[in-house]
This record gives sequence, C-alpha cells and structure tokens, in this order.
Amino acid sequence: MTTRDKTPTDSSAAAEPGSAESSDEARVAAGRKAVIVTEHLSRKFGNLVAVRDVSLRVYQGEIFGVLGPNGAGKSTTIRMLCGLLEPTSGTATVGGIDVSRDPEGVKRRIGYMSQRFSLYEALTVDQNIRFFAGIYGLDRGRLEARRRFVIEMAGLEGREHTRTGDLAGGWRQRLALGCAILHEPRIVFLDEPTGGVDPVSRRRFWSLIDQLSASRITVLVTTHYLDEAEHCHRVAIIHAGRLAALGSTDELKAIFRGRSILEIHAGNPVEAMRRLDEMAEVEKTSLFGTAVHAVLRADRPADPASLADRLSRAGVEVTAIGPVPPSLEDVFLELAEQNA
Amino acid sequence: MRKALAVGRKEFRQIIRDTRTLMILLFVPAFFLLLYGYALNFDIRHVHLAVDDRDHTAESRSIISAFINSGYFDLIASTDDRRVTALMNGNEVRAVIVIPSGLGRDLRRGLRAPVQVLINGDNANTATTVMSYALTILQSESARYQGGLDLGAVPRAPLLSVEPRVWYNPELRSALFLVPGLIAYIAMITAVISTALSIVREKERGTMEQVRMAPLDASTFVVGKTIPYFIMSMASAMSIILVSMVLFGLPMRGSWLLLLVALSLFLIGALGLGLLISSVADTQQVAFQLAALASFLPTLMLSGFIFPISSMPAFLRGLTYAVPARYFLIALRAIVLKGASLRAFWGNLVALGVFAVIVLILASVRLKRQWV
Repeated sequence: MTTRDKTPTDSSAAAEPGSAESSDEARVAAGRKAVIVTEHLSRKFGNLVAVRDVSLRVYQGEIFGVLGPNGAGKSTTIRMLCGLLEPTSGTATVGGIDVSRDPEGVKRRIGYMSQRFSLYEALTVDQNIRFFAGIYGLDRGRLEARRRFVIEMAGLEGREHTRTGDLAGGWRQRLALGCAILHEPRIVFLDEPTGGVDPVSRRRFWSLIDQLSASRITVLVTTHYLDEAEHCHRVAIIHAGRLAALGSTDELKAIFRGRSILEIHAGNPVEAMRRLDEMAEVEKTSLFGTAVHAVLRADRPADPASLADRLSRAGVEVTAIGPVPPSLEDVFLELAEQNA
Repeated sequence: MRKALAVGRKEFRQIIRDTRTLMILLFVPAFFLLLYGYALNFDIRHVHLAVDDRDHTAESRSIISAFINSGYFDLIASTDDRRVTALMNGNEVRAVIVIPSGLGRDLRRGLRAPVQVLINGDNANTATTVMSYALTILQSESARYQGGLDLGAVPRAPLLSVEPRVWYNPELRSALFLVPGLIAYIAMITAVISTALSIVREKERGTMEQVRMAPLDASTFVVGKTIPYFIMSMASAMSIILVSMVLFGLPMRGSWLLLLVALSLFLIGALGLGLLISSVADTQQVAFQLAALASFLPTLMLSGFIFPISSMPAFLRGLTYAVPARYFLIALRAIVLKGASLRAFWGNLVALGVFAVIVLILASVRLKRQWV
C-alpha cells in the first residue's frame, strides 16, 4: 500500500496507489519475503499522536528509506520496530516476531545504529568492539572473526588501539555501523546515520549500506537528506505521524504526472515567485536554493519562452529557464502541502 | 552473566580512562580524609590564656605553671582587672585566671581559696572543653595541698572525688571518634556519586540507547555496571581505613571479616542509592546535586557522625532511621574501637541489608520501566 491520502490533484491521483500496490505484489510474486510488517501502527504520548495508523511492508534485502522532517514520527516508528517502545495500537512484526510480544527476540535479530554515534569515546576501537560483542553474547571464536570483519569494513586497520573519541566522524560512523552488525543481524535499523559527517564519508557509508543489501540484509534507514533517499529502493514519507506516501522514488515522483515543473534562475527570485504566482498556468512556486520551481497546472504544456518573456516584461531578469524532472524535494513539498 | 561481565569490563576501562571519575573515586577520599581528619579536631590546644595574679606567692605561681605545663594553655598576657574585658572582647585570650590576693596564705592555713576562671563562651563546645581542662588542673592542684596538709595529721574522711575513666578512647582523642564517621561519609559520597554519574552519563551521551537495543536486560546491565564501582569503592574505603590507622592511630580491635561484611552491606546500599538517583536524573548535573544531597547531608548530620542522635528532636531522630550511615557507624565503631562481637551489633547489619534491598528494588523497578 502506498499513498494514504488521496491526492486531490486531478488526473494523476487515480494512477498512484494502484501502481505501488502492484509493485508490492510483484515483489511478493518474485519470492521476496516481507521481513518488517506493520498494520495500523500507532503511538500516542498523552494527547499527542506521534505515529498514526502506519501500515507498510519492507522486503528482505531492501534498502527502505523513511523520510520526513524532524518530529514527524520517524524515530518513534523505528523505536517501536526495535522493541524499545510499545505501540499504542496496531501491530508490527520484525523478522516474523511481534514487537509487543517479544521485544527481546526482536532485539536479538536486529542491528541498530542511531544518529548519535553511540560508541564509548573514552574506549579504544578494539574495546568498543569487544564490549558490543560481549553484550550481544558472541563467543570468543566468533568475536575474532567479526572483529576482523568490522575493522576491515570500517577501514580501521592499524587503529585498533586508537581512542574512539579521537577518530574523525566518518570513521566513527563506520565503526558504529560495524558494532551494530557484529552479531550478523538480518535486519538493520539506521536512525539518521549520516548526521554531521562530510559528504565523502556519507558516500562511503552508503556504499556500505549497498553492500549489506547485496548480501540480502534488510536496511531500514531514516534520513532527512533527500539526496540520500535516492539511494533507497523504496521510500516512505512520514508527515505529521502519518504515512504520506510510499514507493520507489520514481513512483513517488509520479505524483507530478501530467504536470510540468520549470526551474527558473532569476536576478530576483522572490520577485520572480510573486510574478509567477499571478500567472494562470502556474499552480504553485517554491524556492530551491536560488532557483525557483514553478509547478504548472495539469495538462498545460510547458512554454518556457512565453513565461520568460512575461517575467522580463514585468521587470524580472531571467538568466535561465527550462523544464526539470521532479525531485524528491518537490514531492516532499507537495505532500506536506496536501497533508497540512 | 557473561554479558554483565562484558559491561563490567567496559565500565572498568572507562573508569581508568576517565580522569574525573578516577579522581572522585581515589583522590577525593584521600583529600577528604586529610582535610577533615586534621581540621575536624575537637581536641583543644593552645588556648590563649591571661593571668591576673593578685597574690604573687609560690602557691599562685604553682597554679599558673600547672596551667602552662598542661599543654592546653598558652600564657599570652599578665593582666589586671581593667584590661580583662579588652583582652576577652578582642579575642586575644579565651580564658583568664584570676587569683585573689591572700590565696597562698589561705592555702597554707588549710582554708578554702577561690580561683576564678573566666571563659569565652562564644563557642559553647570549646568553652565546655576549656572549662573541664581548667577544672581538672585546679582539682589536681588542690589535691596537692590537701595531701600536703593531711600529711601527719589525723586521717580525715576522704573527700568525694570523681575518677572518670573513658572506655575505648581513654585519651578522648576526637580522631578516634571522628574517623569512623569520616570513613562512612567518604565511602557514601564516592559510591553514590560515581554510580549515579556513570549511568546518567550513558543517558546523556546516547550510549544507553545503543545498549538498550541489545538483547540485554536492565538488571544485567545494572549488575555489570555496579561491579567495578563496588570493587573501586571497597578498595577506596579500605585504603581510608588503613590510612586512618597509620595517620590517626585508629585501632583495629575486632574482626576484619566483620568489617568487610559491614562495609560491603553499606556500600551495596550506597550503590543502590546511586542507581536510584540515576533513574530519576537525566543530566549529570542534576545527578551530581541529588547524589550530593542524598549522601552528603544525611551522612554528615543525621548519622551520629558529628551530632549525637540521642540529643536530636524526635522528628530528626525518626529520620535517622532511614540513614544507612547511622547503622554502619555503630557497627564500625563497635568493630574497630570496641572489638565487639557480632552479637552486640547484628541488628545494625540487618538494617544495612534492609536498606540495600529496598533501594535496589526501587532502582531496578524504575530503571526497568525506563528500559523497555
């Protein structure tokens, strides 16, 4: 299942839920096993509904992104799936185990790494690995093998006895991932794993995630970096506690089917937005850095030249204009607006 | 259990690498011991004394030199009637002896001769002590004359005399009284604070969350975490006791085994209190304050360490029953100073055990609730 709220925008609305539904079925048909299943999962804190009626399935070996602004309910969802937080209503099974019935069983089968690198900074790399191996109950023989694996994976050869706090962010982050998968879980939860590290490290981290996925490990990752969501096989967009959309990034972008998006670079972007909003064929505008994205109404063919001409006549200097494919950010803004 | 050991090993490595915790556990106790051991001394020496000798006889000089030779008084000034007030007001002297003229003559005749001792009463404790010193000196002086007079005379009925004998601490050294209190005080503070901080630090840094994600239950984590603190605070307490023996002449008249039992029960209670605090506090700052408040004040004020419990108002006396140091102090003094057998103080060990069980249950209930 995908989009929970019917998109009010005319033509494209009907196509969507079906398309994602069918791709789900296709996966099942292809023999893929759903390893995370939630049904109407909800969590309240007092009067606040942090997660509302979320139903989704994540398949084995999938990189599944959960996207949403801070406070949207991503962390609450992940904590329920990890057995740390009891759902108020609805069910969730992870690796076939009901999270409210057997949270300890869930914990044994999953790896978890959070946005804060939860390593002991005063301890060395090696001591951290040994500690986490200890609390996951690894025996000596397995510890040795896994220790070597983690050191190699994180690229920490020769630094086994460095204090973890002295490592740069990227290394620490890879070590944290290594510690989270020491016990070889088949399902890994990553809660905003790349917060605060440099782009090169982020890329390297995502290639590790790809490797996990290649060895049929399921990865559920939350992020608010939209570019990272493009790495995911499928993405769930959470907005105000609800599942606002679910599908591959291409499927999500289909929300704009029939509507063109023009990207305009202008001398005065704010004034450009004001003028564009006055034009009949423009449904809405939004600012992307210094560029303006204008979503045109359905079935209006894009005519960049005419638009540029009218902007120039209104006194807005246009340096570049042209159609662009919808980005996830466009999707995100669109969904946020619909759910507002 | 292997998991608990993994936690314990990690914690131990952390303590060794974390200078702040290491200081709290090792340096602070030693510092406290020296500071309080030397500063908290109720023995009074070098009391500044002035003398107003209006007699100027061999007898009056004998009294004055008895004061000086006692070691408790330092003669600062000779004075007369008019300057006494100035000397006392200016705090130049804390005591003045006034010897009236005719004292020598009266004593030689076997008559009663009054000596006046003026004592600065602004500190009642000091005043009481100084007064008792002065009385002792004067009594022994007067005994000399009575004895002298009695020589060769008709034997008289002996004057009623008090011969105090102080048990366990015959010289009434306050160190012997205070050091057991200090041991309790220091052990309590270090155990409570270090335990409370260690768990709250994990909450603060997010490592707690990571550990909670592992298949590890709250009690395993807590047991693992307290093992190193138990060992460290045990070592710390034992070293305080040994140092006290060397520096302050603390005796060891009882059984070391009983001492270890009492100390273990006391420390387990203290660690439990630290855990309970860590389940309430979310930041190290709050934890530190709560821990200091829960360990420092009651142990100092309500344990009988400094203020005798029997002279407290009923309400406070009731509170002291919830202070583990109260029981530990009785047991410790009984073992170390009196060499008493278990029969004399077993109830206090039971009370320590009960306290430990109660705080551990409360702490584990609270921590478990936060855990899942």
